[in-house]
Amino acid sequence: MKNLLKLTLALVFVLFTYTSCNNSKSSDNKSGALASNVAEKVYVAPGEHDEFYAFISGGYSGNLTVYGLPSGRMFKEIPVFSQFATSGYGYSEETKPMLNTSHGFIPWGDSHHPDISQTKGEIDGRFVFINENNTPRIAKIDLKTFETTEIIEVPNSAGNHSSSFVTENTEYVVAGTRFSVPIPQRDMPINEYKGNFQGALSFISVAPETGNMDIKFQVLMPGFNYDLSHPGRGKSHGWFFFTTYNTEEASSLLEVNASQNDKDFIAAVNWKKIEDYVNNGGGTMMPADYAHNVYDEHTHTATSTMKKEVRVVNPVDVPGAVFFLPTPKSPHGCDVDPSGEYIVGNGKLSANLTVHSFTKMLAAIEGEKFDGEAYGIPILKFEDVLAGSVEQPGLGPLHTEFDGQGNAYTTFFISSEVVKWKLGTWEVIDRKPTYYSVGHLTIPGGNSGKPQGKYMFAMNKITKDRYLPTGPEMEHSAQLYDISGEKMELLLDFPTHGEPHYAAAMRADLIKERSQKIYNLEDNKHPYAAFTDDDTKVVRKGNEVHIYMTTIRSHFSPDNIEGVKVGDKVYFHVTNLEQDFDVPHGFAVLGQNTSELLIMPGQTKSSVWEPTKVGVWPFYCTDFCSALHQEMQGYIRVSPADSNTPIKWSLGEDIE
Amino acid sequence: MKKSNIIMLLAAILPLGLFLFPLWKITLEAPQYPIPLGMYIHINDFSDANPHDIKNINLMNHYVGMKYIPDAIPEFKIFPIGIIITSVIGLLIAFKGNYKWFLGWFILMIAISAAGMYDFYLWEHDYGHNLDPKAIMKFTNPDGTQMGFQPPLFGSRDILNFKAHSYPQLGALFLTLGIATGLIAYFIGKKNHKKSLLM
Ligand SMILES: [Cu+2]
Repeated sequence: MKNLLKLTLALVFVLFTYTSCNNSKSSDNKSGALASNVAEKVYVAPGEHDEFYAFISGGYSGNLTVYGLPSGRMFKEIPVFSQFATSGYGYSEETKPMLNTSHGFIPWGDSHHPDISQTKGEIDGRFVFINENNTPRIAKIDLKTFETTEIIEVPNSAGNHSSSFVTENTEYVVAGTRFSVPIPQRDMPINEYKGNFQGALSFISVAPETGNMDIKFQVLMPGFNYDLSHPGRGKSHGWFFFTTYNTEEASSLLEVNASQNDKDFIAAVNWKKIEDYVNNGGGTMMPADYAHNVYDEHTHTATSTMKKEVRVVNPVDVPGAVFFLPTPKSPHGCDVDPSGEYIVGNGKLSANLTVHSFTKMLAAIEGEKFDGEAYGIPILKFEDVLAGSVEQPGLGPLHTEFDGQGNAYTTFFISSEVVKWKLGTWEVIDRKPTYYSVGHLTIPGGNSGKPQGKYMFAMNKITKDRYLPTGPEMEHSAQLYDISGEKMELLLDFPTHGEPHYAAAMRADLIKERSQKIYNLEDNKHPYAAFTDDDTKVVRKGNEVHIYMTTIRSHFSPDNIEGVKVGDKVYFHVTNLEQDFDVPHGFAVLGQNTSELLIMPGQTKSSVWEPTKVGVWPFYCTDFCSALHQEMQGYIRVSPADSNTPIKWSLGEDIE
Repeated sequence: MKKSNIIMLLAAILPLGLFLFPLWKITLEAPQYPIPLGMYIHINDFSDANPHDIKNINLMNHYVGMKYIPDAIPEFKIFPIGIIITSVIGLLIAFKGNYKWFLGWFILMIAISAAGMYDFYLWEHDYGHNLDPKAIMKFTNPDGTQMGFQPPLFGSRDILNFKAHSYPQLGALFLTLGIATGLIAYFIGKKNHKKSLLM
């Protein structure tokens, strides 16, 4: 297939040069895809599969989108923190509990940093975790089904931004607060922030077998802003690093007031030490309200449990567990190289890129060479922990990823570029422009001990002239680079959905092998499931009407329903009896005021419909399912509230 | 024990492989099934080649009015008994009988297998031709007769958008080997008999 493509391209090229010979100008200009074979590098022939999956967060869309690399094709949008009418997520009775919080039902979210689970420092492809910034939450998506299966709210936190990064055996998913707040929350003057607000760094344990999440402990830190974080790995496994800004503890006009200190901090947290402390009964239980929402794959139903307390730890009570590393100026990204030795603090207002050494940090701690303390937490001396710095590499460094070959790639927001530099020598090797205002960048396996440094993609905030102008608002843009050589090569632009804040990517084969194609009907434990047409029925309970319905190509059973009255609460419980890959059925009824349902083979989903008008209303399948999809329909009769039309249902016959 | 009787013993045991391995497989290929649908026919059961294949074959076939493939057919009771009885007979003559009986067993097995194949053909024919008159889609042959959807007894055939394959499996190989070994036992027995007469 590749040879065929080469041949075609070669042929096109020959024709092109031949025809241009007739022109007076010669065709020396070999720029563009044809000349450099760039097109071939991203071409995935029909029927062939992409080599990598990229999971790109949607920012304010609250979702996670799945892309293939190198093609840049979008495969799926996974609803996480936002209602999603396409599938009924957050609208169906079963999934509404997923969006429950201590503030009630919240239909949207602001998702930021996806991270894939790891075993022994390598990506294992079991789960993706992602944080919600606005109403602090952490979600878990099962990569077997690409469904959100667990969401835990994070109490005492606000602006859940330095999240959701995992330790090298997925012992913990971390959720650090961006905004410090009064803990516990209370009514107090905002200008008394300094010294009174605190920042919670939450360590959420992940059960090794099931993946079940639980907040093991929160470290209550001084009232700075905790921006981003990364786990230590290899030699620094057991530590977690968090960047801070606003060490000034200002509460107003932060763009000025939080940019005054020459250096802010990277907080180094020895979580193993705190874990030991907690396991021995350390810390205190504090009252807290937060929701824990779990989706059960067998009942196809989520449950929401309100938790009442959380364990908090004062870092001063665990000597040797937390230290501050001074880092210039307002560091944003905090990235640890694959070996675990280098901690890159990307000071977004700094001219240089600062890199700390884990080994030097340990030595400085050992020698107790402190430069004072902040709220009882020792501050290490900048010179003692500095590994080196990349001098004037660009403007506005934000994030760094690594290729596993000793090179680092840093994005520069203000100068819109990616700069490749060498760890240890700190020399700049290459730089390439991005279009425009790049935020994060991702290398598959990025947050692990084993990056797969073949591709890198940058996620840009501004798109401008890259695509056909669809404005005023345009989808953001990602740009794919080949990083297998010494120089980076721009291969592809592709649009992304929402704000492509950050992404996690990995080789596709790990997930492909474990992909679940259907839900087994035998495993369906939904209380309102119907497994054959004989199980279908309509049951009235007061003003609730429960319809146990089945779908199969190409009919609903029952397809004629009578006896429903205005003012009733009608529950359609629809079970898809199909057991074939990629044969969902849809369900929608005229005037439906929630959303349609999209029901996977073997699954049951329920939708509530509250009819307000007398009549005979059609319902139908919304997903083109078969040659007779258009015939997949039925009627529901709605009688006046005071009528006594008896409940009846049927399929394949007329109601007598 | 004579060499021919030992071979006959093997012949009698080999068909029991039908209880371990499927007899036949029917596979249906179409573009929308990148993994083809398939069903195995065992001595006492139908089974899916991949999970839920039979269900999906049924779902697809109902468009043209074909019946659902039943969970069980009467043959699933008769065939195992037949094989057990013929194997017992084979064992008895292996221990007791002379080579002429081996030929008898061979003929019996051929007859039973032929009857089995014919029964299978009848079942397939009925399955492919006895269609629901209210079928959603009706197809006719160029000569105006109603199109049948019978899978081939042996080999491959195009049926509408599907390519159907019907081929023996390991169980059938065991049966064939058993029958062939019976014949070999007969010839060896005969040869040895002649030798002993000459001596
Ligand atoms: Cu349908």
